[in-house]
Amino acid sequence: MPDTNTIEKIKRAANEIRVDIVKQVYFAGSGHPGGSLSAADILAALYFHEMDIDPAKPAKAGRDRFVLSKGHAAPVLYAALAERGFFPKDELWKLRSIGAMLQGHPSRKTTPGVEMSTGSLGQGFSVSVGMALASRIDGAGRVYTLLGDGELEEGLVWEAAMAAGHYKLDNLCAVIDWNGLQIDGKNDDVMTVAPVDEKFRSFGFNTLLIDGHSIPEIIGAFDAARRTKGRPTAIVAKTVKGKGVKFMENEAGWHGKAPSEEETKKALEELGGEL
Amino acid sequence: MAGKTATRQAYGEFLVEKGRVKADLIVMDADLSKSTMTNAFSKEFPDRFFNMGIAEQNLFGAAAGIALSGKTVCASTFAMFASGRAFEVVRNSIGYTHANVKICATHAGISVGEDGASHQTFEDIALMRTIPGMTVLNPSDGESAKILLDQAVDADGPFYIRLGRAAVEPIYAADAEIKVGKSVCLRDGGDCTVIATGILVGEALLAAEALAKEGIAVRVVDMHTIKPIDGEAIEKAAKETKGIVTAEEHSVIGGLGGAVAEYAAAHCPVRMAFVGQGDCFGESGKPAELLKKYGMSADSIAAAVKGMLRG
Repeated sequence: MPDTNTIEKIKRAANEIRVDIVKQVYFAGSGHPGGSLSAADILAALYFHEMDIDPAKPAKAGRDRFVLSKGHAAPVLYAALAERGFFPKDELWKLRSIGAMLQGHPSRKTTPGVEMSTGSLGQGFSVSVGMALASRIDGAGRVYTLLGDGELEEGLVWEAAMAAGHYKLDNLCAVIDWNGLQIDGKNDDVMTVAPVDEKFRSFGFNTLLIDGHSIPEIIGAFDAARRTKGRPTAIVAKTVKGKGVKFMENEAGWHGKAPSEEETKKALEELGGEL
Repeated sequence: MAGKTATRQAYGEFLVEKGRVKADLIVMDADLSKSTMTNAFSKEFPDRFFNMGIAEQNLFGAAAGIALSGKTVCASTFAMFASGRAFEVVRNSIGYTHANVKICATHAGISVGEDGASHQTFEDIALMRTIPGMTVLNPSDGESAKILLDQAVDADGPFYIRLGRAAVEPIYAADAEIKVGKSVCLRDGGDCTVIATGILVGEALLAAEALAKEGIAVRVVDMHTIKPIDGEAIEKAAKETKGIVTAEEHSVIGGLGGAVAEYAAAHCPVRMAFVGQGDCFGESGKPAELLKKYGMSADSIAAAVKGMLRG
């Protein structure tokens, strides 16, 4: 079990990430706050505890890699990378503007620390399978990827899952941000994706079901994944869309909408941040 | 020169030769390794071969992941699935990232033959050449396929390499001087230029031979690289001959003909005619029968040349 200091450090990072998500989307005037906030604790655990990475050397040989397969949650990735020191925070406030380093969806060509350009759902997971195959040949680091629950409706996800199981990619860890909502409403109303854990298990994954906002559970799951041999791991993380900002929580409407100035101030007050 | 060879056969042989000298070459397939000819590589280098099953989207997504980990990937399936089914994965995960993936797509065009319309691709050149940074190659015979593949694998960035199922007559010697991006003038003539690609280069040479007997001098250019197109050769043809006939085993919409016309319209307007698959699907049959019926044989090329010269 990790010590209290570690857990507190990750919690503080997660809160900073949440503050910066709200501010990025406010300044950009568009973007995806809901599914970014739901993944803040997972990314904080990855970037501030689990992964072997070096902000000074983003392309360091043998490093662990993270692919944001749910690319629309770019603000959570950018906030985590900036908080970890991959680039200055000033860049965050230029998100989505012309000529900016930070594109509406992640671009590996423009942004240090972004391992894959994503946004078209399912592809990041497929690319992660390739990275895990290559990493196994080279004896390099582990590969982590975050998928949305709505993203699981893409056929490519299951092509990639089948391959990960077939090739027994124990260096691959997929996290599913299971917040239950997608653009048009609840997953269960739009297209049933449940049972998520059983699906991955049947494709040959070690499957863990956790509270995606409990830091001890998240880092415990990453630890269990690292110790699992002979099969990939899928961590199904039960989360709340919009987590941390009360008026955004569990509201599908906050999937892809920027808050007003007043709403931003209210959200930041709740998170202990400021504009 | 060797006997008749399919460009896919040359690809299979090339992979084994290249695999021996290039340790970071990875080959991938989607359950068609016996047809795409990647199976010889898989036997010699089992640790560097990945069969992704019948899942072409994941074939190219995973290929991107391997390439972006510092390796060179040759990923193969039929042209229909590589360019069509997986298009958007190729566009976003390989094109947008400029990944070092060589899409070696076999069984292109109507010469797939008996399998029929569902497997006869006429759209792949059009689709692939719209992706920024994608180099598009369509070799005409076995030797040129090997030479171009070698340059593609040594170059950085994504390539689409169109290969055929049917065995074709040899055109080049193994030591021929062929460079990606630079077309080859195989026969000179001042009346008309036929710019051909892929297996229609052989048909164009037959057409030129037949037309010579009627006193018509035809220049035949092998435009093995469709993107970037060799503008210099198009300008030369426009200036020195009376018109250009393009010939390809692909739709007349958006392929070689489109690429040549785009260049000519902007730089050197010239009379043109287009030999290729019309705006229709194919059917089952023998390759030679189909090429004739769908207007992509030497006869069709000769008729197009004569039609142009009649004005």
